[in-house]
Amino acid sequence: MSVDRISRRAFAASIAALVFARRAGAQGYAGLGETADGFAKVTPGRSFTFPADHGPHPGFRIEWWYLTANLVDGSGAACGLQWTLFRQAAQPGPQGDGWADQQVWMAHAAVTRADTHRFSETFSRGGVGQAGVTAKPLDAWIDDWEMKGSERTDDRTLAPLTLKASGTDFGYALTLEADRPVVLQGNGGYSRKSERGQASYYYSQPFYRARGNLTIDAKSVDVTGQAWMDREWSSQPLDTDQTGWDWLSLHLASGDKLMLYRLRQKDGKHYPFGNWISATGETQMIAGGDIQMTPKATADVAGRKLPVEWHIAIPSRSFSIACKPLNSKAWMGTGFSYWEGPISFAGSHDGVGYLELTGY
Amino acid sequence: MRRALWILAVLLSHWRRHKMQFVTLLIGLIAATALWSGVQAINQQARNAYDRAAATFGGVRTAMLVAPKAATFSQELFVKLRRAGWPVSPVLEGRVQINGRSVRLLGIEPVTLPADVGNAPRLGAADLGSFVAPPGQTLVAREMLADLHEAEGAAPAISNGAKLPPLRVLPQLVPDVLVVDIGVAQRLLNKPDQVSRLLIGRPKGKPAPLASVVGEQLQRVEPDAETELERLTDSFHLNLTAFGLLSFFVGLFIVNSAVGLAFEQRLPMLRTLRACGASARLVNTVLVIELVALALVAGLIGLACGYFIAAALLPDVAASLRGLYGAQIPGQLSLRGEWWLAGIGISVAGALVAAATSLVKAIRMPVLATAQPRAWQQRQRRWLVLQSCAACAVFAVALLLLHYGQSLIAGFGVLAALMLGAALILPALLDIILLAGQRVARGPLALWFWADSRQQLSGLSLALMALLLALAVNVGVSTMVETFSRTFIGWLDGRLAADVYISASDNAQGTAIRNWLKERSDVQAILPGGRAETQIQGQPVELLGLPDHALYRERWPLLQAAPRAWTRLVPGNAAFISEQLSRRLNVRLGDVIEVPAPGGTWELDIVGIYADYGNPKGQLTVNVAALLRQFPQTPQTRIGLMVARENIPDLIVALEKQFALDDRSVADQATVKAESIRIFRRTFAVTSALNAFTLGVAGVALLTSLLTLANSRLPQLAPLWAIGITRPRLAAIELTKTLSVALFTSVLAVPLGLLVAWCLIAIVNVKAFGWRLPFHVFPLQLIELVAVALFASLLAALLPVVRLARMQPATLVKVFANER
Repeated sequence: MSVDRISRRAFAASIAALVFARRAGAQGYAGLGETADGFAKVTPGRSFTFPADHGPHPGFRIEWWYLTANLVDGSGAACGLQWTLFRQAAQPGPQGDGWADQQVWMAHAAVTRADTHRFSETFSRGGVGQAGVTAKPLDAWIDDWEMKGSERTDDRTLAPLTLKASGTDFGYALTLEADRPVVLQGNGGYSRKSERGQASYYYSQPFYRARGNLTIDAKSVDVTGQAWMDREWSSQPLDTDQTGWDWLSLHLASGDKLMLYRLRQKDGKHYPFGNWISATGETQMIAGGDIQMTPKATADVAGRKLPVEWHIAIPSRSFSIACKPLNSKAWMGTGFSYWEGPISFAGSHDGVGYLELTGY
Repeated sequence: MRRALWILAVLLSHWRRHKMQFVTLLIGLIAATALWSGVQAINQQARNAYDRAAATFGGVRTAMLVAPKAATFSQELFVKLRRAGWPVSPVLEGRVQINGRSVRLLGIEPVTLPADVGNAPRLGAADLGSFVAPPGQTLVAREMLADLHEAEGAAPAISNGAKLPPLRVLPQLVPDVLVVDIGVAQRLLNKPDQVSRLLIGRPKGKPAPLASVVGEQLQRVEPDAETELERLTDSFHLNLTAFGLLSFFVGLFIVNSAVGLAFEQRLPMLRTLRACGASARLVNTVLVIELVALALVAGLIGLACGYFIAAALLPDVAASLRGLYGAQIPGQLSLRGEWWLAGIGISVAGALVAAATSLVKAIRMPVLATAQPRAWQQRQRRWLVLQSCAACAVFAVALLLLHYGQSLIAGFGVLAALMLGAALILPALLDIILLAGQRVARGPLALWFWADSRQQLSGLSLALMALLLALAVNVGVSTMVETFSRTFIGWLDGRLAADVYISASDNAQGTAIRNWLKERSDVQAILPGGRAETQIQGQPVELLGLPDHALYRERWPLLQAAPRAWTRLVPGNAAFISEQLSRRLNVRLGDVIEVPAPGGTWELDIVGIYADYGNPKGQLTVNVAALLRQFPQTPQTRIGLMVARENIPDLIVALEKQFALDDRSVADQATVKAESIRIFRRTFAVTSALNAFTLGVAGVALLTSLLTLANSRLPQLAPLWAIGITRPRLAAIELTKTLSVALFTSVLAVPLGLLVAWCLIAIVNVKAFGWRLPFHVFPLQLIELVAVALFASLLAALLPVVRLARMQPATLVKVFANER
């Protein structure tokens, strides 16, 4: 069974629920088990067309443009950043004009250094121009946060792009370059989520080279590194008995990319999944039984115990690494809270990546 | 510990033997706490309501962006600013007509609405979805729902035929507004893509300078620390607080005299305790503990009473505030924990202050000191002189405030200083009167009568001061209310010129009614009217349209008018201005005023000033045809009729039948007048109630002082009895004395009260409401008040006098034996 990254992002599926959670202080996974009545269904065998699929798919309930970057500054110090734009349709069917548009947009931005972690979030209704996405050239924006292409942007590689966001005490601006095409995840971009038919459409661009600057407390530094973008849309992503997930995206020093996660269930069984992307862009799924994900140490963050250090092994590929976070306090205290931050790993392979922990 | 308990038991035994004293002490503490807390509860309730109003989805408590020259601006600017990093949220505001009633409609955008500014009512998680998603919701306060005669879930239509989203009650919402999604508001108000203002939330990062994003199109308005409503209603709350404070002090007078007496009587007991070996520290500690415990008990009872007082007064307070200022206060009392704590605190603090002199006396008492005859005369003289000096200083402050003060607070300052000064100088004045009496007195008994009255002064003075203040406030407030009442009714007679008033539900019905009326022979004249609203200098201003008709020229009262004022109104370039608006804008006859109208600025010559009592909004009166030209959206639903008196009932019945109008939509002049007067009376109901309360508390103060005095004065009376004056005679003398000082005080209270009334009418009213009233004196009312005061004094004096008359001779002998 192929269950991939969409599940880890499923918490973000109900953007409306997140918007509401901000005010009501609600916790949990409200609305994630809803049926997809009235929304477009995710079915196998879809053919992707670019640049159209870089733009929004309003017939589906949820969608996101999700980017993480592992960077170093001039002194060689590691840092990371996150930029995410979520779209959610509150009601199925054609959207009205102006405020009658029933789509809600939400975005998260964060920067992480060894000594600090800053984050911010923002919300918007669709229809009036405060937030939105156009496919050609790509422009995904909410307020003054923006991921933007240009005339030069190649539809296959989704590069070059510029990226910016800022919070009260941080900000960043990056340019993203890539020379390999985007990668379809799962079965030709169709990614099954459970035995009961939940699935998403999913592609990624894990090969971005990033360059730009990062500002914390009005102090700006130049940074370079690599970035990973996920594009995903669906109508019902999460199974009702899933409680949370532990997810990793890894940039191997060899140029290969690895995405791994395990889905935690109410019955205590944890199902790991993985996807190996070679340096040339071929993807290969890894059987769940072949993945060992073992928490090694926990950190106390925001009143929770979070497994921020891991041992990961894939015996069939002679892969065995120990992961450590850059900053164990990379807590996203947003309306819907979770842990997300840069990591580094060593062992049979070296490299950097991002770890995400939800449902704790 | 055991020893302390024993001492406490001994101390408490005193109260068992002097139950009346105990009751007096409790009454004093309860009275002090009750009215004060009651008034505080009302003020707190009102302030909460203002806060709610101010913070309603980012009211004046939030910084915002507005268009300097227009009522609304394009939503594009909102998007532009958001994309430049400005954390703004759009609001569209307007008015809609529901069932013939004009209601404020607020369109908000809940997703960007700053969550961290103001205490705006929050929408719950699931609620937000149904608020935004079709058909949406109309949030409404429960009070408003009742006013609209609609049920929750109903979707009433507005005058242009559009339907509101289903109504949903949001309890913490202010009562005078309907809240819908901004998209819905744009549709209902027919203002597509328009917004009235942008609320500014907490910025993320550094947004670009405003001018670089929107140029001069928008300007920033900083949040008001104090709302307009708070400014307007300040005087009202100050008034309430003054009453509360007055009764608090009067209550403390009672406590002071009761505690004073109790300590006086317990001095021998304390001496005995000390002689038995109880340390001074222990005895004093137990004394304080006893007092605090009593204060706690009385404070709790007082708080309960205060709660009931507040609950009882609140409907009237709400009516007053609505009538005078258009402020909406919920009629249900809700109190915070702080209120209870503050009430208990003030009770304990008050008790300690009132008992301070007695406590100090007890603490300093030498163990073996014997009772000393009081050298009252020297002490009293010094005290009188000091107090009179203080009074003069306070009067000087009053004069300075009167001369230099501009604000409402200064007006109240004059009042307070006046009363404080008068209270302070009262004993000296009484002393002079009594001294004069003593000079002219013949015979030993008469001489003793005057001398003893003077000696009683120090003991009675606090109670007399309380009586003076309560009476003066009564005289002042009654005079002001009566003056206002007469002026108002006279004004109403002229103002309600038409005989029948009709309010149609919409324009179509208005036209139908007018056509129908034209056919009827019993209608002498049809007088169409109209009302529009605009803003001048950021303040809401009402525009009243009157038809050109002889009826108005003859009956409608003007305070000041230019020559041919009514004729000049007809072409539409002139207006009358209400007195309060003319004061607020500092506009005089002959000035020109610029009124923002949909078609541009409307320039109006001011040709008349008229009184507009009880209207919280400023008003301009213009010709109705001109009003309709300038404000085409004005509903043509108000119609006045001239009808012969005998035809009125039939016409009203016919109208109601023909157009299915109810009592609210058609009324004859008498009904409207009766309703207006009812509202007016209700407005001053609180004042009257508080007036009665304070007079009552002053009466209790007098009673307790006399009771206290009666006991301590037995040594003075015993010798008189011993030289052969009978007890009934003694009692009669005592009664005469009490009544005469009360009479002097009451007579002194009259001029003071009139001065208070003048301050209220000439200073406070003008500053608080913007209207000045003619000053009238009502002698009958004054005589009545003095009589009531004397009656209260008589009642208060009667109890000790009766006790004296019935006192066993043996008791008097005992006094002689024990004290001398």
